[in-house]
Amino acid sequence: MAILKDKKVVIIGDRDGVPGPAIAECVKTAGGDVVFSSTECFV
Amino acid sequence: MNSVIKGASYVLAHTPQMVVYNGTTQTTERVVNPESEYLKELESHLRSYEDCVNYWPNQVYIGNAHPDDLTQVEFPYFDKAKEGAERYGKYGEIMPEAEFLLLVQACDMFEVAKLEKGFVSTYKEAFAADPIITEDIVARVEEGIESAEIEALVNEEHAEGLYLDGKLVGCVKRAHDIDVNLSAHVMHENLMSKASSVLALLYAVRNAEIDKNDIEYVIDCAEEACGDMNQRGGGNFAKAAAEVAGLMNATGSDSRGFCAGPSHALIEAAALVKSGAYKCVAVTAGGCTAKLGMNGKDHVKKGLPILEDCLAGFCVIICENDGVNPEINLDILGRHTVGTGSAPQNVIGSLVADPLERAGMKITDIDKFSPEMQNPDITKPAGAGDVPLANYKMIAALAVKRGELEKKDLATFAEKHGLTGWAPTQGHIPSGVPYIGFAREDILAGKQKNAMIIGKGSLFLGRMTNLFDGVSFVIQANTGAEDNSGVSEEEVKGLIAKAMKDFAASLMAE
Repeated sequence: MAILKDKKVVIIGDRDGVPGPAIAECVKTAGGDVVFSSTECFV
Repeated sequence: MNSVIKGASYVLAHTPQMVVYNGTTQTTERVVNPESEYLKELESHLRSYEDCVNYWPNQVYIGNAHPDDLTQVEFPYFDKAKEGAERYGKYGEIMPEAEFLLLVQACDMFEVAKLEKGFVSTYKEAFAADPIITEDIVARVEEGIESAEIEALVNEEHAEGLYLDGKLVGCVKRAHDIDVNLSAHVMHENLMSKASSVLALLYAVRNAEIDKNDIEYVIDCAEEACGDMNQRGGGNFAKAAAEVAGLMNATGSDSRGFCAGPSHALIEAAALVKSGAYKCVAVTAGGCTAKLGMNGKDHVKKGLPILEDCLAGFCVIICENDGVNPEINLDILGRHTVGTGSAPQNVIGSLVADPLERAGMKITDIDKFSPEMQNPDITKPAGAGDVPLANYKMIAALAVKRGELEKKDLATFAEKHGLTGWAPTQGHIPSGVPYIGFAREDILAGKQKNAMIIGKGSLFLGRMTNLFDGVSFVIQANTGAEDNSGVSEEEVKGLIAKAMKDFAASLMAE
């Protein structure tokens, strides 16, 4: 998970997949800096 | 006693011209990239009415085939016509665009929907011939106005055009000069939702075999909002649609919750009936013009027809327990709470595993799950995958984690407890509810004992909260008969004898 350490991360989550906030939590624990997080709905 | 599902309806209106002029993917593209290849190619990818009727998922939606039949059809579906496909089905119909425009005008109470004279005279007879359309509704169709007047309204008065085969045949005018909530765009969107809801209400009354006056309350659970600048979203679609459908004994209100709206509304309706507040409640929703052609860019890019070319509607009639029809069991309710979180396993846990655990049941005790029933023919080419299947995989994984399913049975879980998606991507329309009609019949036929309906909603789209949402409930075979037989003559005699004995004992004690 070191690939995300100190990196700025843009997150586009999927309403029927993995939503933005869930990805953001994972990114934070890996040391990433979430600069944008959104969840989109395609249905 | 629990309330029962007396009947359900499912309707479609084939509206390819609204894909072009009103779907947000197209209207946005026209603003940001007016010369795009997509817009140039779009119209050549629109389906004919016949192709729309012959489309397998549409025939399943209106009840001319069971979801199990669709499972046997080789994927993809768009290039396979269903043999013997028909406009009318046991749950509803697929209404052609011209006739739907007449219904829209008949649903307009403020003289904002105007149709061209020649158009009205050409299609009025066909509209009147639809067996579900009442004389009252036909009588509401106006003679129409001159085409020059319509052109002037569109070009000079900000009216939204109504088209047929690329030709301007009418318009929806703004209902106020400066109020954006009563703009032609909003009035158009709301009238389309109302008209498709009216169609669904009419079929639901027929299918439930009830009198229109039996319905005491209507809940609209679509995703539009009507009101003016002082109360945007004030409502009330429910009562407005009930008026046109002729439900003279009904009042109603709107319930909203994005795609989860129908599941919330059905729980509310079941509770209203169980409490005795109302004997018969209709939960209804019309379609959404904004979502027409939502994934059109991907469909065109891959050489597919525009598959999101129908407005959809549904209605479920909930009544007092008749001892026959399947019940909504209010003791098994799933709910995604503020504290649940957004992790997929938490979402499914709150909606599926938790309510079943509270009722002492396992995930495998539910015969069929109906989560988001989007048609994969639409979603897969657009990269959104097979939504129902993704839900089943998550439910199955949770069942394995909880020790309720063998890991080796993971692969067959969807086949056994799931369904193949067939519903159009109209937001609230595919969310759990498309299966209710079939579930009612399958339970009545003894094919299964229960089904769980799961509605999920993307609240974050309203920018008021980042939260997700969802609720679920279980439909089960009727237990009313058992409840009724619970107090036998012998038991009544025993109760009286005990009461007399206690009374005698109290006298002796004195």
